[in-house]
Amino acid sequence: MAVLEVKNITKNFGRVEVLKGIDFSLEKGEALSIIGSSGSGKTTLLRCLNFLETPENGEIYVDGECVFDAKTDKKLNAKELRNRQLNFGLVFQNFNLFPQYTVLDNVCLAPKLLAKNRPDFRANKKAIFAEIEENAREIIERVGMTSRIDMYPCQLSGGQQQRVAIARALALNPKILCFDEPTSALDPELTGEVLKVIRSLKDGDCTMVIVTHEMNFAKEVSDKIIFMDEGVIAEQGPPEIFDNPKTERLKAFLTAFGQ
Amino acid sequence: MGSVSFLSVTLTLLEGFLTTFLIFAVTLVAAIPLGLVVTFGSASKIKPISLVVRCFVWVIRGTPLLLQILVLVYGPGLVFGQQFYENSVGVMIAFIINYACYFSEIYRGGIESISRGQYEAGHVLGMTKGQVFFKVVLLQVVKHIIPPMGNEIITLVKDTSLVRIVGALMFLGTQHKEILGKSFEYVSVNALIWPLFYSGAFYLLFCGALTLLFGYIEKKLDYYKN
Ligand SMILES: Nc1ncnc2c1ncn2[C@@H]1O[C@H](COP(=O)(O)OP(=O)(O)O)[C@@H](O)[C@H]1O
Ligand SMILES: [Mg+2]
Repeated sequence: MAVLEVKNITKNFGRVEVLKGIDFSLEKGEALSIIGSSGSGKTTLLRCLNFLETPENGEIYVDGECVFDAKTDKKLNAKELRNRQLNFGLVFQNFNLFPQYTVLDNVCLAPKLLAKNRPDFRANKKAIFAEIEENAREIIERVGMTSRIDMYPCQLSGGQQQRVAIARALALNPKILCFDEPTSALDPELTGEVLKVIRSLKDGDCTMVIVTHEMNFAKEVSDKIIFMDEGVIAEQGPPEIFDNPKTERLKAFLTAFGQ
Repeated sequence: MGSVSFLSVTLTLLEGFLTTFLIFAVTLVAAIPLGLVVTFGSASKIKPISLVVRCFVWVIRGTPLLLQILVLVYGPGLVFGQQFYENSVGVMIAFIINYACYFSEIYRGGIESISRGQYEAGHVLGMTKGQVFFKVVLLQVVKHIIPPMGNEIITLVKDTSLVRIVGALMFLGTQHKEILGKSFEYVSVNALIWPLFYSGAFYLLFCGALTLLFGYIEKKLDYYKN
């Protein structure tokens, strides 16, 4: 069964139709790369998945369970919405780390706050927090940031900040982790370290949706490619579509990227 | 020894300083949290609440503190024919309300300076609105508003001198009462209070124009966000 199924998502900003009916599905452990020119609606799609925007139409299923249905979900309460949204994680283009917290605290903050909802929180607070920290340290190790664990975001390079942002998202163990151009805000020599981390997640069994302009990376790491153009999926398929694009639009797009 | 020695002057000043410090401390302790309430009120999604709070802030920021003190000290006497609280309480209330409104505007600026990405990062991590505010945004806002708060608090120190003027006015009032007897009420109401209220309207007009001007400038510069 597909871990993620997106059906007929549409989104307008005022009178502008930004998403005009998006359908796709993703199997567990797969990596999906979304490519397409600027303004084609890639960010908006990720924001819809992460409940930062509410689509006008469509449905989203995770593990076969409906987490969003435009027809009925208008008045979900905040708690239910949060629970559903926690199926997803999002890594932002510009990191959005919390500047007043250290690397460790950035990663621990949300899990610690969520732990307050556990029925055994009061009795086991110390043990629970210790476990969260333990887990955070492990994740920080995975993104190679252990040596900077007590530093603040302003003391880190862009690449390091983005690795911490990835760790922060991983700490909540989302079923689907989304990346919105994770290397676009980085100097070229820093993109490598971030892509390496994302690649290593692929070797685990993380399901990922990656919006990227790094064509070689997308080709290498993805099981599936979606090419978006003006709010629709103009072409989708396995990474081979890089070599054999069917549509003129994808051809033109790839040519522009020197592929 | 002369009747006015250095020591006696210093002692008198110190005594005055005690009043100053008391007004200063009470105003801060009350207005800092009250200002946050006002900020939330003016940002309320319930339109009537936000409208009333914004209007109130506009009037308070648009009129001089001295006028507000006089309204609170003399107002109830004029309207109801009797005073419900000590004059000093009226003075304190005026200070607290005035500064709460100024602080609320500083808070508003601080909150608006936080990038949308910080809120979104919090929401995506499953935090509640309250958690995002208290755990993510608040400390950043505090850092941001320290300089303007510093300015405002120094202004507060200087504003405490207004209390002396009120004291002097009251003293004059008592003198008049003795000389003028019954006609005192008439004189104080017509020669002192109503002109003051009326002048308030002019202040409000003047400050209102300035508020509109600055609102316009702010809007003009709002096309980009840092
Ligand atoms: N909050 C918004 N309000 C109005 N228009 C928006 C908003 N967000 C995005 N858009 C518009 O939607 C279109 C798609 O944007 P986006 O999803 O960011 O594209 P991409 O990420 O592919 O570059 C753009 O034309 C953009 O101007
Ligand atoms: Mg984008």
